[in-house]
Amino acid sequence: MEDERSFSDICGGRLALQRRYYSPSCREFCLSCPRLSLRSLTAVTCTVWLAAYGLFTLCENSMILSAAIFITLLGLLGYLHFVKIDQETLLIIDSLGIQMTSSYASGKESTTFIEMGKVKDIVINEAIYMQKVIYYLCILLKDPVEPHRISQVVPVFQSAKPRLDCLIEVYRSCQEILAHQKATSTSP
Amino acid sequence: MVLKAFFPTCCVSVDSGLLVGRWVPEHSSAVVLAVLHFPFIPIQVKQLLAQVRQASQVGVAVLGTWCHCRQEPEESLGRFLEGLGAVFPHEPWLQLCRERGGTFWSCEVTHRQAPAAPSAPGEDQVMLIFYDQRQVLLSQLHPPTVLPDRQAGATPASTGGLAVVFDTVARSEVLFRSDRFDEGPVRLSHWQSEGVEASILVELARRASGPVCLLLASLLSLVSAIGACRKANTVASVLLDVALGLTLLSWLHGRSRIGHLADALVPVADHVAEELQHLLQWLMGAPAGLKMNRALDQVLGRFFLYHIHLWISYIHLMSPFVEHILWHVGLSACLGLTVALSLLSDIIALLTFHIYCFYVYGARLYCLKIHGLSSLWRLFRGKKWNVLRQRVDSCSYDLDQLFIGTLLFTILLFLLPTTALYYLVFTLLRLLVVAVQGLIHLLVDLINSLPLYSLGLRLCRPYRLAGKCCVLDSCPWAGGGEPHLWALQKQGQHRPLCLRPGSRGRHEQVGREDRASQSQRSAGPAASRSWRDSSAGAGSDTGRSRPQAFVLLLWDFLGLGA
Repeated sequence: MEDERSFSDICGGRLALQRRYYSPSCREFCLSCPRLSLRSLTAVTCTVWLAAYGLFTLCENSMILSAAIFITLLGLLGYLHFVKIDQETLLIIDSLGIQMTSSYASGKESTTFIEMGKVKDIVINEAIYMQKVIYYLCILLKDPVEPHRISQVVPVFQSAKPRLDCLIEVYRSCQEILAHQKATSTSP
Repeated sequence: MVLKAFFPTCCVSVDSGLLVGRWVPEHSSAVVLAVLHFPFIPIQVKQLLAQVRQASQVGVAVLGTWCHCRQEPEESLGRFLEGLGAVFPHEPWLQLCRERGGTFWSCEVTHRQAPAAPSAPGEDQVMLIFYDQRQVLLSQLHPPTVLPDRQAGATPASTGGLAVVFDTVARSEVLFRSDRFDEGPVRLSHWQSEGVEASILVELARRASGPVCLLLASLLSLVSAIGACRKANTVASVLLDVALGLTLLSWLHGRSRIGHLADALVPVADHVAEELQHLLQWLMGAPAGLKMNRALDQVLGRFFLYHIHLWISYIHLMSPFVEHILWHVGLSACLGLTVALSLLSDIIALLTFHIYCFYVYGARLYCLKIHGLSSLWRLFRGKKWNVLRQRVDSCSYDLDQLFIGTLLFTILLFLLPTTALYYLVFTLLRLLVVAVQGLIHLLVDLINSLPLYSLGLRLCRPYRLAGKCCVLDSCPWAGGGEPHLWALQKQGQHRPLCLRPGSRGRHEQVGREDRASQSQRSAGPAASRSWRDSSAGAGSDTGRSRPQAFVLLLWDFLGLGA
């Protein structure tokens, strides 16, 4: 079962949340971030080229202009490969674990998998981010030494940054699975 | 707790048998290591398992039965498999079954004794997880932090379930030494049954070229950071293309070769035109002893000769600019060898444009003649083509219509050999040019679609991998609902294994994502997008040979277009 809804992120951009319900013990949430906008791309390119032209008028060396073109191209490639995240996915499987995948615009994918034994809970936290107060979903991990303490907080959907309404949807589904998992698990 | 059964992907298509593996009660997981085929003697099986237990310190046992029905499900086999549960007592007893064509899977778990603690509701859920045995065997998982109050030898009880699976498979190498193809009392199927390396020459070459392999492996890891198999193949082809193009560029621009080329071009074009003129003179005479219609011959011949004369003047007009044009065309080789080859193909097309024109004129004339002949032939027989009904109808013509029609028919018929000969000669010339262009396009396609990344992977597989995650592909049970089928796979050579749900709908044979051997065997089009970057095939774009193909590849690679 699959359904798609659109939400907005903390800056007002449009996000698409795709929920896939494979079985009562397995859900997947896929958040698609807004695309690289042509406006920002043009703005950055123009700034770089204007700066290069300014330098050129000072130095009278045409290598600066070629260098500016190369820098723009390489910068764009680097941005697409290392910075721009297209899609973030959260896959939660009862009794196996939780996996977070980020796929970049260049096709690169980076994943993190957390086993269910290490997960204590999934909560929505409030945080002060620059001048805003935002909500974010995070996974609390157990401390191996003392099971009642929390060793790590892993935030989810860090680059998509959805708003509270989207987070509540994801939170509810995850809690259903975690509750089921806690009821049937044998370890404390 | 949900019962997790880990099943190796290499055993998905083997015949029925017993499941041999290890049961981990703390995590309620059954790790299947191999499938033991019929016929077997139970005593020998128990002996082998005891030996393996002693040698590897892993508690292997017979976990259940595996049934693969290729035709109709056999009733007797089902009952026989149930009876095996009495011979090899194990708690719980698994019965995995795969039916007809692999679209339906079933898994039954039988508990012989009543469970000690009352089971929580929903405990009968089973999760079937496929794992790639070779990759799990050869990859390393981060060891859990050793707690200070435990001894160094004991495994901590809080080890995650997946670490136990990895550990079990890695320590059971003793079990993988004998194979179903070996002559022995017991026939096992596991990852070794597929054959590690088919060619001893490749193995020897790999041993011999250690440092080269290391270098290639490091390059491959760079390429694989871009994306999965299909994108990596594209990137590797583009890189090779650019490298070859730069070599060509440096060769062309050294020692004024472009100048020599430009100087040679115009005389060659002149020579070709002269040869064409000789050909036309031959056709205007009595070619191969055939007698042509003199008047038509002269008209056609003079027309084509004038055409050639125009073409020669055009070439001579262009001759001062040829060197500049060639210099810039040579510069385009820095974009890749395929670009240079495509441009060469286009230049050939431009230079032989007059041959193309001759072919078009000859073909048009011939076509007109044939149409006229067929229409007048129908008139000769007293029939007509009915355009409304799209069929031949009989028609009564007047006498003068018949007379003129027959006259024209005779004229056209006797002029046919001349036109046909011109048509034949120019078609053959055109075919020659097309063949040359086709060869160039073939070369370009070869460069574009050679699966270099997959080839490189096969030759120098980098094995060591440290990661915490597992790749899973999901396929739903037949009949919907639970339990769920998952597959444990590796995504890329140097990236951590990760969970990936695959296509929904029918269960497809699990795609071996990065098995280089598989991708070499099936060099067909890449898999569909639903497997998200999974691919068993090499490059897909066979029809792309022009420079715009390169731009499209770049677009795809940047991900801007998708």
